[in-house]
Amino acid sequence: MISILASIQPHEQTVIVNVMMTSAYVIAAALFILSLKWLSSPQTARRGNLAGEFGMTIAIIGALMTGHIVTYDWIIVGFVIGAVLGVPMAVFMPMTAVPQRTALSHAFGALAAALVGTAHYFLFDLRNYPPTSLIMFFLCLEVLLGALTFTGSLMAFGKLQDLLPTRPMTYKNQNLYNFALLGAAVVCAAVLIVHPQFAWLFPILLLLALTFGVLLILPIGGADMPTVIALLNSYAGLSASMMGFVLGNKLLIIAGALDGASGLILSIIMCKAMNRSFANVLFGAFGQVQASAAVAEKKNVRSTGPEEAAEILGAAQLVVVIPGYGMAVAQAQHKVRELYDQLTRRGVEVKFAIHPVAGRMPGHMNVLLAEAEIPYDKLVEMDEINGDFPQTDVALVVGANDVVNPAARHDKSSPIYGMPILNADKAKTVIAIKRTMNPGFAGIDNELYTLDQTLMLFGDAKQVISAVTKALAENGR
Amino acid sequence: MPDFAADLYVFMLSAFLGLEVIRRVSPLLHTPLMSLTNAISAISVIAAIELAGAHQTTLSTILGTTAVAAASTNVIGGFMITDRMLKMFKKRKVARTNGQKQKA
Repeated sequence: MISILASIQPHEQTVIVNVMMTSAYVIAAALFILSLKWLSSPQTARRGNLAGEFGMTIAIIGALMTGHIVTYDWIIVGFVIGAVLGVPMAVFMPMTAVPQRTALSHAFGALAAALVGTAHYFLFDLRNYPPTSLIMFFLCLEVLLGALTFTGSLMAFGKLQDLLPTRPMTYKNQNLYNFALLGAAVVCAAVLIVHPQFAWLFPILLLLALTFGVLLILPIGGADMPTVIALLNSYAGLSASMMGFVLGNKLLIIAGALDGASGLILSIIMCKAMNRSFANVLFGAFGQVQASAAVAEKKNVRSTGPEEAAEILGAAQLVVVIPGYGMAVAQAQHKVRELYDQLTRRGVEVKFAIHPVAGRMPGHMNVLLAEAEIPYDKLVEMDEINGDFPQTDVALVVGANDVVNPAARHDKSSPIYGMPILNADKAKTVIAIKRTMNPGFAGIDNELYTLDQTLMLFGDAKQVISAVTKALAENGR
Repeated sequence: MPDFAADLYVFMLSAFLGLEVIRRVSPLLHTPLMSLTNAISAISVIAAIELAGAHQTTLSTILGTTAVAAASTNVIGGFMITDRMLKMFKKRKVARTNGQKQKA
């Protein structure tokens, strides 16, 4: 083998290395596509993840084999740091913290893209061989998207982790300042594209983009996080794709475009599920404490206790549970499973109605309920379950609020008017578990709670549900 | 010298392919989808590896090493947590206590 390699001419060796690297990258790209294709259904999804891992491993081996590498020391240092950070984040992170982790990983991905872009810029021999305007166009876009996604994702992380106030932070002329800032960054980029040698502009571009990322997320409230996380996902992907253009690396272009497409689809789904536009989510500062006009009238609210709730649930044929962010906050998913077991044992059919924006990121509720070992065929999407509500004996609302507010259907003055909702109000009985009568995130009164068939069950979701399950178990035997 | 025209075609085709493939992903799996695509886009680690390994200037080595660290966090952690999530999605509950009736 060695003798064969020795007999090969040096320039032929580089050709062989290039062919091997290209093949590695092509195989990796194919595996990434297969990975996403297999993710389409839960049966094949784990195979999809495995394909992604293989693709990544092959690509990394391909990159390590290239002739340009003179020392592996720093690569090893980087990987060790990555493993130290990444493994605990994957293994010990509770499932309720998945939105925060996702925001953080968008930040890491975007940081990598911004740093690589910056390094490439300063590696150019700006005086003698300045990069072409086309390269500068993609490089500026890479750095701009990477930097703003980095700080934006960190802000989202802070809000999701409750390190920062989740309510929108607003000030006068906020959108004006933000647009001015973005405009300034774009002007910097434009000058750099035409005059790549103006190196002093580059740090300014970086700084403007980093600041814009912070200010972009400040006015966005917690309930809009599903859209924002999806959008940041898309930006991080596009940034990686732009890096591919700068380097002429098609694997980066493909992987980045796949990520960008995924983020785009998810954010469109989230926007549709709230009946809002991108502009409204990004610049609308939704969820401010609104001086709502209709606060005055206090309607009758009927409340109940765990025993009565257990009786009603035990006598039902079909129960639909509607989980929301409150379930995640109370970590109540395992108690919900116990209730599910208890009811199923009694022959009650239990389904779960999942609103696309329930929780803090796309699919949040599904992951939590799957963690609690609820079979996934019981988790039903909004459009499919809405027809079932008239036949539903009990709709059990666990920490959901705006997604079941009937005002979205008819009250034109409501901020959530037009948003598709779960028709919990069509059920024969509604039991809503809630801490207090305080309005939900959007600061809107929920009509559902004052309906005749609604019973409020006040308290912490976890405690209340375990009390109901206990009462059910006791009177069942 | 990159061939921008070819690259643009590649970008366009993979964006459309991505839209078609991802549209079919069940909403059930949207959270793992996001963590998987995030892990995949950490492919930027290959560019970071070249920077950190080429050792051209101090700045490029520092930036490259930091980028390797950031991207490999996603590579390593991203696939692991995605698999952890996907493992949880089961159709029928497997008998949990006694070993009987494991078949789904």
